[in-house]
Amino acid sequence: MSTRGGARLWVAQRATAAVLAFCVLVHLVTIVYAVRAGLTASQILDRTHGNYAWGAFYAVFVFAAAIHGAIGLRTVASEWLAFRGTVADATMGLVAVAILALGVRAVAAVML
Amino acid sequence: MEVATLRVSVWRGGAEGRFQDFDVPRRESQTVLDAVTFIQRHLDPTLSYRFACRVGMCGSCAMTVNGRPRWTCRTHVDKVAADGRLRIGPLENLPIVKDLVADMREFFDKWARARGQFKPTATRDDEFAAVRPDSAPRREADAAIECIGCGVCYSACDVVKWNPDYLGPAALNRAWTLVNDARDGGKRERLHAVAGDAGCHSCHTMMSCTEHCPKQLSPTRSIAGLKRATIGLVLGDDA
Amino acid sequence: MIRPARSHPGWWAFLVHRISGVALALFLPAHFLALGTAIEGEAKLEGFLRWSEQPAVKIVEWVLVMLLAAHFAGGLRLLALEFLPWREWHKALAALGAAFAVAVGLVFALAR
Repeated sequence: MSTRGGARLWVAQRATAAVLAFCVLVHLVTIVYAVRAGLTASQILDRTHGNYAWGAFYAVFVFAAAIHGAIGLRTVASEWLAFRGTVADATMGLVAVAILALGVRAVAAVML
Repeated sequence: MEVATLRVSVWRGGAEGRFQDFDVPRRESQTVLDAVTFIQRHLDPTLSYRFACRVGMCGSCAMTVNGRPRWTCRTHVDKVAADGRLRIGPLENLPIVKDLVADMREFFDKWARARGQFKPTATRDDEFAAVRPDSAPRREADAAIECIGCGVCYSACDVVKWNPDYLGPAALNRAWTLVNDARDGGKRERLHAVAGDAGCHSCHTMMSCTEHCPKQLSPTRSIAGLKRATIGLVLGDDA
Repeated sequence: MIRPARSHPGWWAFLVHRISGVALALFLPAHFLALGTAIEGEAKLEGFLRWSEQPAVKIVEWVLVMLLAAHFAGGLRLLALEFLPWREWHKALAALGAAFAVAVGLVFALAR
C-alpha cells in the first residue's frame, strides 16, 4: 500500500463514516419504532415490500458499511494479527465483497 | 531516627534480564533520578543509566516509572511511590542497550524519514523572511515547536508498539511544524513522507502521547493537522 | 494488560471504538443472512424471528445496539478531533460518547 493509497483509504473511511453517521442515526430511530410497531415477519415485510425509498436508503447503508468495515478490519488485522501488506489488503477486499454481497441480497430479500 | 526506605526494582540487562531490588533511603523532595543515582553511587556501580541536565530541560533521563514513561529528574518520588515501591525500566518501544539505557537510533531515524528537517529556500543574499507570529500557520507551528526529542511520547504510543513502521508522535509532530513553516521548501516530499500506514493515517487518536508529554505538547493535534494536509494527495496530482 | 500508561479517557475511547467496530463487522453478515431468509419466504424469516425471541438473544441484541451507539459516538469524536479546529473541550468528547451509548441502551431497553 503506497502512501497515496493510505491517504485514500483514510479519506474513504472518514467519508463513509459521515454517511454512516446519518444512516446509523436513522437506523437507531427505526429500530426503536419497529420494536414498538411489531416484529413479526409479516409486519416487517409489510413495511419493506415494494418500498423503494427504504430500499435505496439501505442500499447506500450497505455500500458505505462494506467499505468502512473492510478498511477498519484491515487496520485491526495488521495491528493485532500481524497481517502485512498484500495479506491485509486481500483481507480487506474479501470483507468488502462479503458484506456488500450479503447486504445487497438482504435488501433485495425484504424489498422485492 | 528511622530513615524511611524505598524499595526500588530496577531493570538489569538487555532484552533478556530481570528486575533487581534495592533499598534506597528516602529524602525530602527526592526525585526518581535521585534514587537511581543513589543506587549507582552507593549500592551498585554497574548500573547504567542516562541523565544530563538534572533540571527538566534535556529529556535525557526519560525512563519507565511504575509503568509510565516520565522524566525521572522531574518526577518526585512522593508523587509516584504511594506504597513505598518504585519499578524503573528503560523507555518502552525501543531496543535496550543496557539496564535503563534505551537505544534511541530508531527514534531519530524515523524523525529523518518523516522529513523532520528544514529545507531552506533562501540564501544569505535574500532579505530576512517576514513571518508574522500571529499568523495561523505560525501559531500552529509554535504550539508544537518546543519538542526536545526525549522519546516519552514514542514510548507511550501503542501504535508504535503494534506497527513497527509507524513513524511515531514526535517525528510526525516535528513534520507538522515544518509543514507550517512559511520558509520551508520541502512540503511536497514531506507530505508524502508522513502519509500512509507508516505515517499520520495510522494514528488512532488514543492521545497517550499528549497525556504523557512532559512539555504539554499535543502530537495528536499535529497529526490531525497532517491528516487534513495530506487530503490533497488523494487526487494524484501533487501540486 | 491494562498498563498504567493506558488508563486515560482517550485510550478507553480507542478500545471501545475498536472492539465495537470488530463486533459490528462480525455481526453484519449474520444480520444480513437472517434478513436474507426472507428470500425463501415469509415463513422462513418468521421462524428466525421466533428463535430470536429467546432472552439470551434479546440481551445480545441490546448489547449490539449499545455497541452501535458507542461506535457511532466514538466516530463523531474522531471526526471532530480530526477536522475541527483544536479545542480543549474536545477531550470531554469521550465521556459524552459513553453517555450517549448508555442513553441509547436505556431507550432501547425501555421501548418494549
